Amino acid sequence: MKNKTSFPPQEGEARPSRCPDNSAFKQQKLPAWKPQLTIATVLSSFFLTGAFCLLVGVCLILSANSVREIQIDYSDKCSECSKLRENSSNWNKECHCSINFALKEGILGDVFMYYGLQNFYQNHRRYVISRSDAQLLGRNANIQKSYCAPFTTYRNGTPMAPCGAIANSMFNDTIDLFYNLNSSVIQVPLLKTGNSWWTDKNVKFRNPESYNLSSAFAGTARPPYWQKPVYLLDEEDERNNGYINDDFIIWMRVSAFATFRNLYRRVKRIRQFADGLPAGNYTFRISYNFPVTKFKGRKHVILSTVVWSGGSNPFLGIAYVVTGTAATLAGFVITAIHLKLRKKKTYFQK
Amino acid sequence: VGCRPFYFWCLSSLLLLGNNSIKTSKYNFFTFLPLNLFEQFQRIANAYFLFLLILQLIPQISSLAWFTTVVPLVLVLAVSGVKDAIDDFVRSWHCSALPSDGVNSRQVCLSVSVQADLLLLSSSEPHSLTYIETAELDGETNLKVKQALTVTAELGEDLQKLTEFNGEVKCEAPNNKLDKFTGTLTLRGEKYALDNEKMLLRGCTIRNTEWCFGLVIYAGPDTKLMQNSGKTTFKRTSIDRLMNVLVMVIFAFLGLMCLILAIGNGIWEFDKGYYFQVYLPWAEGVNSASYSGFLMFWSYVIILNTVVPISLYVSVEIIRLGNSFYIDWDRKMYYPLNDTPAQARTTTLNEELGQIKYIFSDKTGTLTQNIMCFNKCSINGKSYGMVGVGIKVDFSYNQLADPKFAFYDHRLVEAVKLNDVPTHRFFRLLSLCHTVMPEEKKEGNLVYQAQSPDEGALVTAARNFGFVFRARTPETITVVEMGETKVYELLSILDFNNVRKRMSVIVRSPEGDLTLYCKGADTILYELLHSSCDSLKEETTEHLNEFAGEALRTLVVAYKNLDEDYFQDWIRRHHEASTALEGREDKLSELYEEIEKDLMLLGATAIEDKLQDGVPQTIETLAKANIKIWVLTGDKQETAMNIGYSCNLLNDDMEDVFIIEGRTSDDVLNELRNARKKMKPDSFLDSDESNIQFEKSSKKTKIIPDEEANGVYGLVITGHSLAYALEGNLELELVRTACMCKVVICCRVTPLQKAQVVELVKKYKKAVTLAIGDGANDVSMIKTAHIGVGISGQEGMQAVLSSDFSFAQFRYLQRLLLVHGRWSYIRMCKFLKYFFYKNFAFTLVHFWYGFFSGFSAQTVYDEWFITLYNLVYTSLPVLGMSLFDQDVDDRWSMLFPQLYVPGQQNLYFNKMVFVKCMLQGIYSSLILFFIPYGAMYNTMRSDGKAIADYQSFALMAQTCLLIVVSVQIGLDTSYWTVVNQFFIWGSLSVYFAITFTMYSDGMYLIFTASFPFVGTARNTLSQPNVWLAIFLSITLCVLPVVGFRFMKAQLKPTPSDKVLLKIKEAKKRPPPPSPKRRLRRTSTRRSGYAFSHQHGFGALIMSGRNMRPKSPFATTGTFSPNSEKYKHKGL
Repeated sequence: MKNKTSFPPQEGEARPSRCPDNSAFKQQKLPAWKPQLTIATVLSSFFLTGAFCLLVGVCLILSANSVREIQIDYSDKCSECSKLRENSSNWNKECHCSINFALKEGILGDVFMYYGLQNFYQNHRRYVISRSDAQLLGRNANIQKSYCAPFTTYRNGTPMAPCGAIANSMFNDTIDLFYNLNSSVIQVPLLKTGNSWWTDKNVKFRNPESYNLSSAFAGTARPPYWQKPVYLLDEEDERNNGYINDDFIIWMRVSAFATFRNLYRRVKRIRQFADGLPAGNYTFRISYNFPVTKFKGRKHVILSTVVWSGGSNPFLGIAYVVTGTAATLAGFVITAIHLKLRKKKTYFQK
Repeated sequence: VGCRPFYFWCLSSLLLLGNNSIKTSKYNFFTFLPLNLFEQFQRIANAYFLFLLILQLIPQISSLAWFTTVVPLVLVLAVSGVKDAIDDFVRSWHCSALPSDGVNSRQVCLSVSVQADLLLLSSSEPHSLTYIETAELDGETNLKVKQALTVTAELGEDLQKLTEFNGEVKCEAPNNKLDKFTGTLTLRGEKYALDNEKMLLRGCTIRNTEWCFGLVIYAGPDTKLMQNSGKTTFKRTSIDRLMNVLVMVIFAFLGLMCLILAIGNGIWEFDKGYYFQVYLPWAEGVNSASYSGFLMFWSYVIILNTVVPISLYVSVEIIRLGNSFYIDWDRKMYYPLNDTPAQARTTTLNEELGQIKYIFSDKTGTLTQNIMCFNKCSINGKSYGMVGVGIKVDFSYNQLADPKFAFYDHRLVEAVKLNDVPTHRFFRLLSLCHTVMPEEKKEGNLVYQAQSPDEGALVTAARNFGFVFRARTPETITVVEMGETKVYELLSILDFNNVRKRMSVIVRSPEGDLTLYCKGADTILYELLHSSCDSLKEETTEHLNEFAGEALRTLVVAYKNLDEDYFQDWIRRHHEASTALEGREDKLSELYEEIEKDLMLLGATAIEDKLQDGVPQTIETLAKANIKIWVLTGDKQETAMNIGYSCNLLNDDMEDVFIIEGRTSDDVLNELRNARKKMKPDSFLDSDESNIQFEKSSKKTKIIPDEEANGVYGLVITGHSLAYALEGNLELELVRTACMCKVVICCRVTPLQKAQVVELVKKYKKAVTLAIGDGANDVSMIKTAHIGVGISGQEGMQAVLSSDFSFAQFRYLQRLLLVHGRWSYIRMCKFLKYFFYKNFAFTLVHFWYGFFSGFSAQTVYDEWFITLYNLVYTSLPVLGMSLFDQDVDDRWSMLFPQLYVPGQQNLYFNKMVFVKCMLQGIYSSLILFFIPYGAMYNTMRSDGKAIADYQSFALMAQTCLLIVVSVQIGLDTSYWTVVNQFFIWGSLSVYFAITFTMYSDGMYLIFTASFPFVGTARNTLSQPNVWLAIFLSITLCVLPVVGFRFMKAQLKPTPSDKVLLKIKEAKKRPPPPSPKRRLRRTSTRRSGYAFSHQHGFGALIMSGRNMRPKSPFATTGTFSPNSEKYKHKGL
């Protein structure tokens, strides 16, 4: 090669060489880590994952089992009320029903009270979008532009506050818990604030600004299914009224599934209830306002404690145990196959 | 040397020439936007997105915010638009960078390539002869001569006369016949016939002619060359076609999913939604469940549209572009001698480089350098010329030596200097017995015009050893013999033809001796030798075998002293015969036979038709990669076969080399059938599997399955036979027979036939073809093959211009295929696999969610996540993988060409693999939906608040998904460069950064309607069970894949798995030395007589028509090896 004369420079001017740069990038020689599936990495990943999953699974199951939960379906138990509610003309009639239950052992620690709904499609697309976040932020928003229809305005043009299907269908049963101690009935003190996310309470929901709440909502009307306007949701506590009412906020955070539970109250740990709910007989007294029978919905009231992993749902724990077992077993199978293959190989090599 | 410009003068004004240039740029500044947009929306994917956008504008249907479609669409359009603009710019830039297509060209003297089909009018040479080389047109390297009409030759170079030239040319319509032209020239009322002998065709190169004038007959696309170059078709890769099919399949799948969900919605609205109207009345205008279902069908089309990923096409383009740049940048494909880097001229075919099954190669200029080298010789039983590199022989004693000539055996010079008689006679013969024309413009600067480069090499060798052929007239040859000028009287030239395979001259030396000198093919000449040469014959035979073993072209040379009386009688009879009116040819050849006998053997010459560097090694490597190589050449059979042997295509280990040279259709059929019978006797039985399969394949596209022959065979087919074989009924026979052979050589084929052969294989074989060539005659096949490669850096640019890839040396082909092609293919396949997987996993979660959300077209993820998923969160890691991934580095893939085979069999991405991706995607989507679902069902956060709200679920599902697909890409990436690390970790970080930003208070307060997820990230990602669910999803999605991949490689290793394992083990040892073996060849003698297949120049020389006035230096040049005078002069 060397004895050949190189290309003569043409036209007298030295052309820059067209030789490509010798950079690692252009020559595809970038230094790199080249991981490969070796028996060591595969087995260690299987066994380590298996062990970890088993461990976590057992912990999860143990802690889920330590959760005390009482769930009572009251849609049948209050059948008279539910029949009454099927006819919407009875909207202003009150209906109460009581449900008794007994605790053989006391529930210690923080006790949370939930209402649960079944078959209520809060995750339906048109339901989910049927709200006006701007309105709930206390702004003078044009709700016609939102997806609130048909719960936007009344025929006479009065806008609904809050608008939309979510707000209109807000859960409006009231549930009280009574402790029956030696024929005396003590109402269990319940906390109705502090149940929602801080961001919802302080950022996402704000009341319109005015000198008082009722004037702030002047010119608007309650949603059709509501019994009272929004500024009367909690007349006792100014900071739990209007849009920033906790029950309202919680309802507005729509659920991902048709079966869900929302935090309703927390047991206030004072007097007899300082350690939780003592053993004994209890009564739920329910003011039944929320009709569900029409769409075959069901309503529950739930008392529960929580642990680090949440409630009593054993799913994660079981899933972890199953996964851990499967991974470990698979690890053994892989080991067996590998050993067999290696034997065969050495056998052939001999 | 004075250099005069060439003028090709165009009668019919500039109009014709105007067409000679081609408009290449598509857009200008103003038309770019509308034209480009219009073009882009013709692409099905973009049109589909436009359709989606329109759907989204219908409020009853719209299930996603407008930006989820608009943002990707705009981005995609912008990226493709920019790419198109750059392409357009580069294309027009490439063209302007070419040497201008102009009519006169001043730069190159004595070699100008013709740019239009011209009628030769006059030239500088006597009798208006013009020498041309047609290597670009037909691959033949010998000089050809064209002659103008006498009437036009008179015009000379008188521009005045030329401009006043007034005549009329009538000729046939433009056609593709390179060897035929008929027409008439009417000049001053007289008609002159025009034929091909007066035509200079576009693509040929004018040699050794100072100037010539021509009349443009055909220009631009009408030229014979262009007519031969076939149609330019838009090339698409098989992956492209597969991708289109898959997109259609996905469309169908999408339709099916939407249908299921729409029916589900109908049922749900009827069964539940109707009653749920208390809380959620039906939308305005919806009055029945079925209508709701109908609307929901379209809503789901919008939501599930991501299964047909719009960014797919754009990403594929980007990957191909990137991989093309690597080809441009590769220093190992850069040829420093003429400063030519490799070039990917088409950036859309890369992955097909990894799937090549057939290579169609030109010979001249592609496999060979087109340089002939006098390498060895055998003189009087002594062999000269050494293998390997020694010290070059110093020819400085010879003033007239050609400095470029190199010889390494000093013994030969010694023999010459010692006045060894046979050696002197040997070189005298070489300097006398030929038809070369000398040219000496400056004293001592001899230029030979040889009809064939072989002859030139022989005369040059004689010249350097001191027998300088200096000048010739019709009657004399002037030779400077060892410094002494001798004038031989040339009495007769017994010219070469294809049957004789030899040529002789009869000369009378100054001393008065009459001698016949003859050179020719050994097989022929050995029959004509005198019996006294028998022992010398044996020794020479041995040497000939040795030469042939090195694939040198051999000639045997012999002489005979003639008796004066006999010669006088013979020349008289010769004269009679040559003037005979009947049977002139036969009579002459009889006379020739008569005098060319009882010859005295002198020795043999060996000429190397220099191969390009590394050709045999490249061919060996490619053969190992299961690539079949077909050589298609316009050159003649002997030469083609000789090259076949010298570059190891053909060898003696082959069972047989079939030669198809039938002259009728039936002969060809018989020859082909016999060949097939020998290779695979069963193939004529009905029970043969190939026959059964072939019958099964559909009527329209008959695909012939691959058949195994019972050994290694070669096939040589000539152009005539090929013409029959390419006809309808023989087509199949040809393909079946030829494809069973390891090597096929087609000789004497026209450019169009080259394309037809490629087309044939494309039609009947499900294989990817590649054509490589350097000349204009290769353009058609380069355009026809799936991939065309041009050898650049040489004179002609035609091949390069129509090629998809170009580089300077044939040997770079192995790197292009085995390294770049293989990588590109693997990267593309990995990319597609991953891309389909990630989109299935992403989209199908919506499908499952439909069953839990009343089939209401509710999305699982945040709309912003849907918008950004393909564009931001997952695009860069997969691009990084498809631009950087290497399973093994370049050294190993060159060392183990078997690694190339899976690409040919299309193993890494096909319908089966796609189904697997789909199943994996479905599995992942199930995990990704049901694990978060189970983890959230009827439970609460650790602070007692509800957990199962929609926004938390969305965040959880999308986080799971993103981490799973990121881990998956990590698993697929086998070559983690810094960039990959950066992209993968970067994308994950960007996801969290963007998520936290979008879900922040500030964003909510500013853009309330757009970012309703305020606080979700903070509140949800702080929960331990959310992270536990994420971890579980990852484990369940990824761990089975790890186990499956590992076990598959263990239990059912593919051949390439085994090679990879071997490499892994070999890597532990020190790296192997780079493979540089000398290929051993077996030695069977093959004689090549590399003359033209046409008649030689003999008659022309004897007639003296091509003679110019005697060279002024011819008689003055004297030198002597012992003369001090010249030694000083030379310094």
